[in-house]
Amino acid sequence: MSYLVNKQRNILDFALSSLLRRKGKNLALVAVYTLVVFALASVMFFAAALKKEASLVLSATPELIVQKMVAGRHDLIPMSYAEKIRKIRGVTAVEGRLWGYYYDPLVRANYTLLVNEKTALPEKTIAVGAGIARVRSAYRGSTMNFSSYEGKPMLFQVRGILSQESELLSADLILLSATDFRRLFGVPEDYATDLTVQVRNKKEVATVAAKIQQMLPDTRPILRDEIIRTYEAVFDWRAGIVIVVLLGALLAFLIFAWDKAAGLSAEERREIGILKAIGWETSDVLQLKFWEGLTVSLTAFLLGTIFAYVHVFLAAAPLFATVIKGWSILYPNFRLTPFLNVFQIAVLFFFTVVPYTVATIIPSWRAATIDPDQVMRT
Amino acid sequence: MIELQHIFKIFNAGKPNEHVAVEDVSLTIEAAKITVLRGPSGSGKTTLLSVLGCMARPTSGRILLQNREVTSLPSRFRTEIRRKTFGFIFQQYHLLQGISVLENVMLPAYPNGDSFAQLKQQAEKLLDLFGLLPKAASKVEWLSGGEAQRTAIARALVNNPAVIIADEPTAHLDTKLSRELMEIVAKFKAEGKTILIASHDPIVHESPVVDQVVDMRDGKLMDSGAA
Repeated sequence: MSYLVNKQRNILDFALSSLLRRKGKNLALVAVYTLVVFALASVMFFAAALKKEASLVLSATPELIVQKMVAGRHDLIPMSYAEKIRKIRGVTAVEGRLWGYYYDPLVRANYTLLVNEKTALPEKTIAVGAGIARVRSAYRGSTMNFSSYEGKPMLFQVRGILSQESELLSADLILLSATDFRRLFGVPEDYATDLTVQVRNKKEVATVAAKIQQMLPDTRPILRDEIIRTYEAVFDWRAGIVIVVLLGALLAFLIFAWDKAAGLSAEERREIGILKAIGWETSDVLQLKFWEGLTVSLTAFLLGTIFAYVHVFLAAAPLFATVIKGWSILYPNFRLTPFLNVFQIAVLFFFTVVPYTVATIIPSWRAATIDPDQVMRT
Repeated sequence: MIELQHIFKIFNAGKPNEHVAVEDVSLTIEAAKITVLRGPSGSGKTTLLSVLGCMARPTSGRILLQNREVTSLPSRFRTEIRRKTFGFIFQQYHLLQGISVLENVMLPAYPNGDSFAQLKQQAEKLLDLFGLLPKAASKVEWLSGGEAQRTAIARALVNNPAVIIADEPTAHLDTKLSRELMEIVAKFKAEGKTILIASHDPIVHESPVVDQVVDMRDGKLMDSGAA
């Protein structure tokens, strides 16, 4: 056992001093390699953390939402529908929600306006998301002016700024009272934007949704799981776009790495010949090249992954944030909760470390199978 | 004792550029003696050394090392024999550039699986023997010709081989250094090592320490005799 360990340690020791001999070449290689791993790992970490974040936030949303459809478009839903749905067996509560969008020409951004019955804000007061607070320089006690559906000005006092924790989804959010909402958008008393339905048994949500669809054919029930899936698909899609953009750089690196790793210089060939002549076996030479390749690729992998972690979770990913978080003008400003997926890291490891290590071994294997007596002739 | 029986080494056999480098060589090399292969360039000395040192297989013929047939062994075993039984001193030294003198000397012993500290101690002892200890940390490209050669000799000895094979060891040395080399070789002989040298330098084959001179020309043995 100690024979094997000592042997590997000795070969590794020589591999390291061998790498140091070509400091310039190897440092350049590690730098470029690290950059590629960093870019890929950043996108992967970021998309995964966002999905995780979104699913955590969405887990608090209702399991089932019912919207009324008119000509394939979402329309206001009469509260009388709530009564009908409430009669379905298994439904424990049905509530109308009021929400909508408001375009603010001042900052050229869309806000999401929502009535939250739980916070029960007094009339003419609002609570705003941190994104809005930033762009409108709003603070507790300041006022914000809105224009109603009739074009009349409506003045609101800011009663609070929404917490940073959920900023991914609440950056552009404004909470207000139901009365103010109806006054601002002209929504009649007996109408809501949509309905939230609570079902006693979670397994029956899909059945209840089917019954609603049957009873009220002009409605569209939306399951929470579907929303979560949609969010995941959107984040995946955005991450995909970034990766496609990075693909050019990735290909350039592959060519560069292949050239550096696969092409043995005459000097390296000569050295392999000398090692064989002084008693190294072909397998010893391959182990040496394996350690060399692994040192370069593992260093780059670890550095790239650590830099990506710092970039995404400590610095809030300034390089990709605008693409992956959303297209809105009010970019959320928040720190993601570190979330690492072992499978993801394994995939990254497999696609970065393994090909490079293999690429270094194959040409060495070809060189290592030559007869050692070649050395005697040079 | 090494015994060569009807050794042939033919390059590119059966092709128009076929070349017979060694032809029907039978030879006995006594243990703990110095044997010199003498002959002009292209006479087959180096090829015979590499066949003898398990670096290349003969096209035909047998080699017995301590009465053990080694020509037909798989290359793994031949590599092990090469590493443990033979120490090579090449004409061009073939030291690895960019690493230290100490590392160069330790290199043949890495696959043995001894601890690094043990290897280092062994290599330092050899460097001390050749007066190279102060240069242990120097890179080999900074060495003078004589120092480089002594480093190559130390490397050949690190696995404590029974046989030392040297190919034109004085080719790059002046007269003084060549004589010093022969003094070192005499010490090895006194320690019981078998030494095989290919050389056409009179300082080598006329040296009083040499026991046997074998003349070669065109791949064949001329006549051999005691020096």
